[in-house]
Amino acid sequence: MQNPHGSSELAELGEIRFQPWNVGRWILWGALALVFALLPLFFSRGFALTLMSQMGIMIVFALSYGMLLGQTGMLSFGHAVYSGFGAYAAIHAMNRIAAGTLLWPISLLPLVGGLAGAFFGVVFGYLTTRRAGTPFAMITLGIGEMVFAAALMFPGFFGGEGGVTGNRTAGPPFMGLPWLSWLTFGPQVQVYGLIAVWCFVCIVAMYALTQTPLGRIANAVRDNPERAEFIGYNTQRVRWLVLILSSFFAGIAGGLTAINFEIVGAESFHAVRSGGVLLAAFIGGAAFFFGPILGAVVFVVFAIALSDYTKAWQLYLGVFFVLLVLYAPGGLASLLLMNLRVAKFRKFARLRDPYVGVLLGGLLLALGVVLLIELTYHVTLDIGQGPLMRLFGLPLDTSAPGPWVLAAFVLVSGFVAFDYYRRRFARCWHDVQVEIEDWIRENPGDSPR
Amino acid sequence: MLSDTLSQLLYGLSYGLLLFMLASGLTLIFSMMGVLNFAHASFYMLGAYAAYQVSQWIGFWPALVIAPLLLFAFGAVVERWGLRRVHKWGHVPELLFTFGLSYIIVELVQVIWGRAAVAYRVPAELDGPVAWLQGYGITFPQYRMFMMGVAVAMLVAIWLLLTRTRVGLVIQAALTHPQQVEALGHNLPRVYMGVFGGGAALAGLAGVVGGNAFVTEPAMAGTVGAIVFVVIVVGGLGSLLGAFIAALLIGLLENFGKASDLTGLAVLARLGVDLDSGSALHSVLALSLSQVAPVLPYLLLVIVLIVRPKGLLGTREG
Repeated sequence: MQNPHGSSELAELGEIRFQPWNVGRWILWGALALVFALLPLFFSRGFALTLMSQMGIMIVFALSYGMLLGQTGMLSFGHAVYSGFGAYAAIHAMNRIAAGTLLWPISLLPLVGGLAGAFFGVVFGYLTTRRAGTPFAMITLGIGEMVFAAALMFPGFFGGEGGVTGNRTAGPPFMGLPWLSWLTFGPQVQVYGLIAVWCFVCIVAMYALTQTPLGRIANAVRDNPERAEFIGYNTQRVRWLVLILSSFFAGIAGGLTAINFEIVGAESFHAVRSGGVLLAAFIGGAAFFFGPILGAVVFVVFAIALSDYTKAWQLYLGVFFVLLVLYAPGGLASLLLMNLRVAKFRKFARLRDPYVGVLLGGLLLALGVVLLIELTYHVTLDIGQGPLMRLFGLPLDTSAPGPWVLAAFVLVSGFVAFDYYRRRFARCWHDVQVEIEDWIRENPGDSPR
Repeated sequence: MLSDTLSQLLYGLSYGLLLFMLASGLTLIFSMMGVLNFAHASFYMLGAYAAYQVSQWIGFWPALVIAPLLLFAFGAVVERWGLRRVHKWGHVPELLFTFGLSYIIVELVQVIWGRAAVAYRVPAELDGPVAWLQGYGITFPQYRMFMMGVAVAMLVAIWLLLTRTRVGLVIQAALTHPQQVEALGHNLPRVYMGVFGGGAALAGLAGVVGGNAFVTEPAMAGTVGAIVFVVIVVGGLGSLLGAFIAALLIGLLENFGKASDLTGLAVLARLGVDLDSGSALHSVLALSLSQVAPVLPYLLLVIVLIVRPKGLLGTREG
């Protein structure tokens, strides 16, 4: 491929080998399935199961968003519309099953959600995908707000303020098989299992989609819509198709939410949910297929685990997000891959000392910021509980100057240390990257040593 | 009846003008820098909170000047150390940056001023209804009148600045021919910084006059933000005049909608059609106009997108 002469490129075409068993791929997918299967053995407490169930749902949702933002370059602020309709369709179907008017296994409910999501993807997608880029972003925002406002208007279907409740244990046994009657989806472990299976299937399906001609054309539409049009593709049609498929998977995520919580409210359409999935996909790195998976895990940790400890979790999440936009627009996945590349070229030793410095400095700086924010938050929001608070196990008196001085000191010293090491690190990182890229340019198609 | 309609009209106009104050800054920034400033409504909120704080210390009138200046400085800092850094990666990271910023601003406002609404009040001089309008039986607050005055003054000031001053000419030239402006020795990044700061200051001014007419609370950015985006899409991206028309249209639409209890059923009944209550359409048509008012701007957006995708006065297909 690197040879500029056309003739040898043709010669290379002849070397394509048929590989019925791509061993690496089987190992990778197998390992993922194994991780999903083994997780509940290690984390069996209720909280861990809730966390993992929500991670599974968020992974599907974030990956469906990755199809839009990462694969096709469509920035949507209204993706919760599709997961929301998926959730409502699933919960209404669940109630029909419980009432006996619908014969459908609970385990396949997410499919109902997915079809509902895809249906609304067809309807709304027709409107939104007529434009690309920034107008698309604004229109999706408008559609999202519209659906949210409309949902409160029709309490008959959307359940008004209280939402619609359901009962996931009411259905017939799986595929009518009596020996599977223990599978009632009552215990959270079984719900986790269902989510894990759906999550795995969806990951495989969405990965497979990126390998189809549509997936490839979607990338072309993202990178250069004009050229895609010149070679005869209707970019609007491509965007629409991708949006429908993405809505299908978002609807599946919505259906899983309905099973997991057994309640669906109008807030499923809220801009906060649309914003959340955008944050998750971007934090992980939307440009890489596996990025949103990472991002979903991080997002759920922020949203559920961290929110138990601090009311300011959204602030931390926002700061984290902005720092990534500023310094690593490829998200966590790009950071991971860049460091893997450095390690592959065996230059990591040179980065080790600057890394230690910059991480320690950053930790100190972050600690100072957290101290200051938590102290201020306590004063503005929890002052009714008195001036005393506990932070990292330390008793602090917010009315005394001591904690504030400490926080300011940590903040300033952290900033000085971080700024010093940041410069050293940036220089060293830059040198290493330049060396690696030079090597790649000089030895095309070769891997190091 | 007529006086009611007139007072509704005035309410709608004043709300529309406030929307335009927001939309003008957004349009200015968008057409110059290609950046859709997602944090624009957050700047509006910051303006209201800054005005509240300053008016607590030294009164409302100084706040009317100081808060927009503070927002100008804030906007300039955001451009210099934030947006300029992500500019090289294209428009989507820029949009994402302002999106993250809006997230942070809402949280910071809650850290500093708490989650409840603050008591940012209309100044005593402007409290009460307009006397001469009351002579015609129309009750309309003096402050709303003042708000309209500020908006119109701002509109005139922007127009004069853009067309009659040297700075304005440079900005206009940078809009269409950035490279040539730079070749003539103007510092283009500084022009961008000024425009972004100026847009933030306009949003701040809107916050100062809007914050006490409505409620100053952490949710205020969210309520108005989506509407402002609708305004600039409906008006046509990058068109100031289009934004003006769309803002007034949406302001009037929302206000008249809120006040009317007309239902689809009533219209049909007058036409002699009687719908039985079992049909699916019944629940839709039973809604009164005031109930659907929150959706009207978005419906307008959808209709405009179908009929005229580039917006009322837009020139380019995005």
